[in-house]
Amino acid sequence: MSFEPKNSAVKWVEERLPIMGMLHHALYEYPTPKNLSYWWTFGSLAGVMLVVQIVSGIVLAMHYTPHVDLAFESVEHIMRDVNYGWLLRYMHANGASMFFIVVYLHMFRGLYYGSYKAPRELLWWLGLIIFVLMMATAFMGYVLPWGQMSFWGATVITNLFSAIPIVGESIVSWLWGGFSVDNPTLNRFFSLHYLLPFVIVGIVILHIWALHTSGSNNPTGVEIKDKQDSIPFHPYYTVKDLFGLAIFLIIFSAFLFYAPNYMGHPDNYIPANPLVTPAHIVPEWYFLPFYAILRAVPDKLGGVLLMFGAIAVLFALPWLDKSRIRSARFRPIFKQLFWVFGAVCVGLTYMGGQSADGNIAEIHGMVPVMIDGIAQMKDGVPLMEEGVTFAVTNVLVARILTVYYFLHLLVLLPVIGLFEKPRPLPASISEDVLSKTSPVKEADNA
Amino acid sequence: MTTTTPVEEDGVTRRDFLYVAAGGLSAVGAAAAIWPFIAQMNPSADVLALSTSEVDLDGIEIGSEITAVWQGKPVFVRHRTEGEIKKAEDVVIANLPDPQSDEERVIKPQWLVMVGVCTHLGCIPLKEQGDYSGWFCPCHGSHYDTSGRIRKGPAPKNLVIPPYEFLDDNNIRIG
Repeated sequence: MSFEPKNSAVKWVEERLPIMGMLHHALYEYPTPKNLSYWWTFGSLAGVMLVVQIVSGIVLAMHYTPHVDLAFESVEHIMRDVNYGWLLRYMHANGASMFFIVVYLHMFRGLYYGSYKAPRELLWWLGLIIFVLMMATAFMGYVLPWGQMSFWGATVITNLFSAIPIVGESIVSWLWGGFSVDNPTLNRFFSLHYLLPFVIVGIVILHIWALHTSGSNNPTGVEIKDKQDSIPFHPYYTVKDLFGLAIFLIIFSAFLFYAPNYMGHPDNYIPANPLVTPAHIVPEWYFLPFYAILRAVPDKLGGVLLMFGAIAVLFALPWLDKSRIRSARFRPIFKQLFWVFGAVCVGLTYMGGQSADGNIAEIHGMVPVMIDGIAQMKDGVPLMEEGVTFAVTNVLVARILTVYYFLHLLVLLPVIGLFEKPRPLPASISEDVLSKTSPVKEADNA
Repeated sequence: MTTTTPVEEDGVTRRDFLYVAAGGLSAVGAAAAIWPFIAQMNPSADVLALSTSEVDLDGIEIGSEITAVWQGKPVFVRHRTEGEIKKAEDVVIANLPDPQSDEERVIKPQWLVMVGVCTHLGCIPLKEQGDYSGWFCPCHGSHYDTSGRIRKGPAPKNLVIPPYEFLDDNNIRIG
């Protein structure tokens, strides 16, 4: 069904710039596997969230002032005085969280169904680049309200670069434009926070281009073999995505209208104070797993390297996973390890939100009185006091989870790919879909 | 066939040379053009100008401290007690993560002046806390002793001693 315009005006344009044909091709002629589940909705939801963030961000920038003396006030001005300012700001702040939720689900979908494997390695890479750009954008955006968490989050994250040997300190002062996070820092973060979303749009176009070159993966992981396996994107998946969007918007609205500060931190309603660090610094929830990895390492450079390494290792995933079977449905061992890995990521997220020196579990009893690591004696007998006799520290738990994160990606994935005996693959997507009703298949899925 | 470019004996033509020369010079030119766009992010002249702060030590009681501001950073000025000084001096230096004697860190032992920025990731440590009764950074759990030396936790270095001098018995200038 090639594009042949009837309207003479469209024809005139099409001969000079074949843009309508390109869109027609992408929507009607793009063959989409007919068995895509709702796990395939998160890509388009991420696209919707990018648009929501750009539109709400542009209008917020009309009322915001990027200056240390005025930034906090201007955000309060948006909240109290600007028409619908509260709605736009809450939409933008909660929108960031929603964007990350759908992107994380989109990524775990890719992990489960092996969507990163050949020939989709570049598609996976472009997605990871979008993820990294999103994190940079979100981080700089969180600095703009100039509250306590804004300021100290900016201080901690920019200081990560001071771990680089020799040039680290110079890089940090270059990032700051001074000797600490201050007005130059706020100003440039505003500039870059406005720029990066448009860079993301550019990469998203490449991401979709790469997607349309290789075609969508699907729950079987088996490629489309003939016309029986596919349906046109429009109207079948436009409708399915719209239904997914409706459900998603209900959840988004629940946060936006009923719990707009649930995912924020109350300390960010205190104006930034460069002389007082809040007792408990936590980044936004979507950074917590990486923050937990950073804190799990007792060495500064080591912590920073491992934290960035946790993202960098994902770029190597297409080559680390040795199995040629894509979908976890046909990989009994990988399927279980996937859920363990998912739980570890959730665990890291939880640990990232806990205090650095606390214990997750402890047993109380009598312990010797220690001062500067020396047991205090009285008449040759150690002094005793009520205390913690045995503790599972937060740091220990974070370390175990960190080790498992890397163990899964660097050791388990390559090894099980070599030894795992996969279940038989369906001959085609069609065959798999039709066999769904057979009793054998149902027992298999139970 | 006629050649307009004479070929040298080793096969290198004048055109090859011009390609490399023009390409090389373009690369240098591009780098020179990019530099202002990178260097603009470094501290500007007015930021660099605010480089010293004076602190009046009068009224800082023994066992208390104030936080001064120098280059936008907090500077702890602590009037140490005899106990704190003794504790700082009694430490076996060889075992420290960043070995430094207490003597090297003070001009007058009763006055400890240091940048109050954790050398891990830049938070401000809390005074009179942690396992060594010095400072404790709440962000990632670094413990500093009564000389501001790192003893435990992720921070790699001791709290930084800024350049400072005594103007008289009760006044110092930092920077």
